[in-house]
Amino acid sequence: MAKRLSVIDVDLCVGCQCCMFACNRRFAEAGLSRSAIHIKSVGGFERGFVVTVCRACSDPPCARVCPTNALVRREGGGVTLHMNKCIGCQNCLKECDIGAIFWDKNMNKPVICVYCGYCVDFCPFDVIKLESIRGE
Amino acid sequence: MIENDTIKRILYVDLSRRRFWVEEDEDLFKSYLGGAGVAIQLLHKECPKGIDPFSPDNPAIFTVGQFNAIFPIASKMVAMFKSPLTGNLGESHGGGRSAIAMRMAGYGALVIKGKSETPVYIAIHDDDVHFRDASVLWGMSSSYTVGRIIREQEPGSGIRTIMRIGRAGEQLVSYACLITETYRHFGRMGLGAVLGSKKVKAIVISGKRSFKFKDQKLYRQTYKEIFKSLVESPLMKKYHELGTSMNINPLNERKVLPTKNLKDNHFDLADEISGEAFAVNYLGRRVACSHCPVSCIHIAALREPYESEPYFYKTNMISYDYELIYSLGSMLGVGSSRGLLKLMDEVEIQGLDAISTGVALAWATEMKERGYLSEKETFGLNLKWGDYENYIKAIKLIVEQPNDFFRFLAKGVIQASSKYGGTEFALAFGGNEMPGYHTGPIAYVGFITGARHSHLDSAGYSFDQKFKAAGKNLVPQEIANSLIAEEKWRQILSSLVICFFARKVYTPEIVSKAYLVLEYDLVYDDLLKIGEKILKSKYDFKTREGFRFDELKIPHRIFELETLFGKISKDVVKRSIKKFKDEIENL
Ligand code: SF4
Ligand code: SF4
Ligand code: SF4
Repeated sequence: MAKRLSVIDVDLCVGCQCCMFACNRRFAEAGLSRSAIHIKSVGGFERGFVVTVCRACSDPPCARVCPTNALVRREGGGVTLHMNKCIGCQNCLKECDIGAIFWDKNMNKPVICVYCGYCVDFCPFDVIKLESIRGE
Repeated sequence: MIENDTIKRILYVDLSRRRFWVEEDEDLFKSYLGGAGVAIQLLHKECPKGIDPFSPDNPAIFTVGQFNAIFPIASKMVAMFKSPLTGNLGESHGGGRSAIAMRMAGYGALVIKGKSETPVYIAIHDDDVHFRDASVLWGMSSSYTVGRIIREQEPGSGIRTIMRIGRAGEQLVSYACLITETYRHFGRMGLGAVLGSKKVKAIVISGKRSFKFKDQKLYRQTYKEIFKSLVESPLMKKYHELGTSMNINPLNERKVLPTKNLKDNHFDLADEISGEAFAVNYLGRRVACSHCPVSCIHIAALREPYESEPYFYKTNMISYDYELIYSLGSMLGVGSSRGLLKLMDEVEIQGLDAISTGVALAWATEMKERGYLSEKETFGLNLKWGDYENYIKAIKLIVEQPNDFFRFLAKGVIQASSKYGGTEFALAFGGNEMPGYHTGPIAYVGFITGARHSHLDSAGYSFDQKFKAAGKNLVPQEIANSLIAEEKWRQILSSLVICFFARKVYTPEIVSKAYLVLEYDLVYDDLLKIGEKILKSKYDFKTREGFRFDELKIPHRIFELETLFGKISKDVVKRSIKKFKDEIENL
């Protein structure tokens, strides 16, 4: 069954960004340029945080605007990126309303959640979880 | 050093000419690691001898280390400058998003020189540096508002740091701080005033990079090991549950909590301002610095009714910590938790160092109590223990400086007492107001000798407790050796730059192992040698700027009250300082 990352309770988030660094470590690299999850404050630390990550839409608009079919709809929802086909046009980046597509400037390619769940183990407060989604 | 590591890049900003440039110095970072190690070398190089701390030539230096953004809880940034408070080394550490933002923007150090003619804020986004006009922000009454406005102007939401000064910095209060992300600070030694003298209202930094390693497996595995011990270890539990304020009750019970300008070592109302009381009654949110799973930052929610409108409330969010509760609470006899929160809020609004502010007001209160000051000096204020409303007014006056008395109080308690008297109970050491530990002689020897004058210098307060528990005698040589050994290692941690709360997790073995990931082979002995060199450089700078161990003055007040060891022996303190001096000179 397809998986996706879900936010269990955003009020538990402390803004430590350990999830962001974890996501980047999927490539065994330290830093943030390849992270597919983003945490920012609601507008000042005191009001809490927002977790931005791909929601695995069932009819992903980002895939619809990809001119080369580099971004294709995944069975069950969300998208799969075929790096070699991507021409770096940034159409997908502009199309995702929640801003869950990030940009890797070095590679000039989008960075999108691959629903692997690596970040989950590094969230000290169980804010995020990998969950199964039902395909249609 | 790993290939393509940007740590070696030093960003220079010259405000006088509105120029910036980058210099690379790989050797500097190889020899001194980063953080405190690199900052002190840059300070030697960039700060001309004997200058006024408010001279445009006094550099404001910010550094990060090689572990920042690579390993967890390496989440601090180091600042160095010539301190307007002590006249010698100013070293201050801050967290929030600052360290990670600078590392991710691709710099190991930022050196701000010169002076702008008009107020500016510096915005650094990766390789772009902008001098933005800050005339509108200058003079703004609240540091919160300044943060809010910049937040709306600048990109990089989530990954940027917004460091700003308050009115205190603009008005050159010698203990004005630099605020990062509202709730963290480069608190001590007056960095806020140094930036104020340069007309720098704020510094914004953002960037997003990644670093590759030869041994990728080793990286992931070492990271995991450190992360796990941070999250699971009981060592960190106290920081994330009650936070540092959990210290109030135990220190009070042991009668080592400085109270009412240290006229007492025990505060009857401590229970009301304890970590437990704040957590139960006010804790509104806990947050973390970037890349730190511990989240020690505790923010209280204070709901206040409007006087003019029924059923209208505003909720202020105010961060609290042990040192603030001590300095603005027990030290001033403030036992109302609401009142204390309001005091903390005012200190944050103005951008002051909370410790120095509390100690300065405690001295002033005792002066008033003894009849050494009239209401002419206090500008009509009747300073009284526990009267937080008057203290809030006094904080504003420290910033406004409407008369000579407040002008002197704004220079710190040493300057003020040398003009108005009361030096024997002016609780500063080497020019810096004391932190909240009356544990015993070792704490004080630490405050006096410490290279950057903070309780985090050489852990004297913790040695007092350890010596006491082990039933050890207070042998000056042993005191000096303990402090110096600890301090050598702390130079390493503050060069990496690890948050000191994780000092027990980042053991020498772990640090050496983590260094292997960065393609260095450094064992404990190598590290200690580097620590020693850094420590020596700091005292060289201090001495260069007039610091003398033999001329250090100790306020008599500290000898009047019991500690864990009974009353402190002046002789032990003096001999320990002498031994400390000998050891430093032999480095
Ligand atoms: S990237 Fe955006 S549009 Fe595409 S699937 Fe994810 S959330 Fe939906
Ligand atoms: S699930 Fe995987 S790809 Fe998605 S945010 Fe977490 S670590 Fe990154
Ligand atoms: S790791 Fe968890 S608590 Fe930390 S920022 Fe991410 S979601 Fe929030």
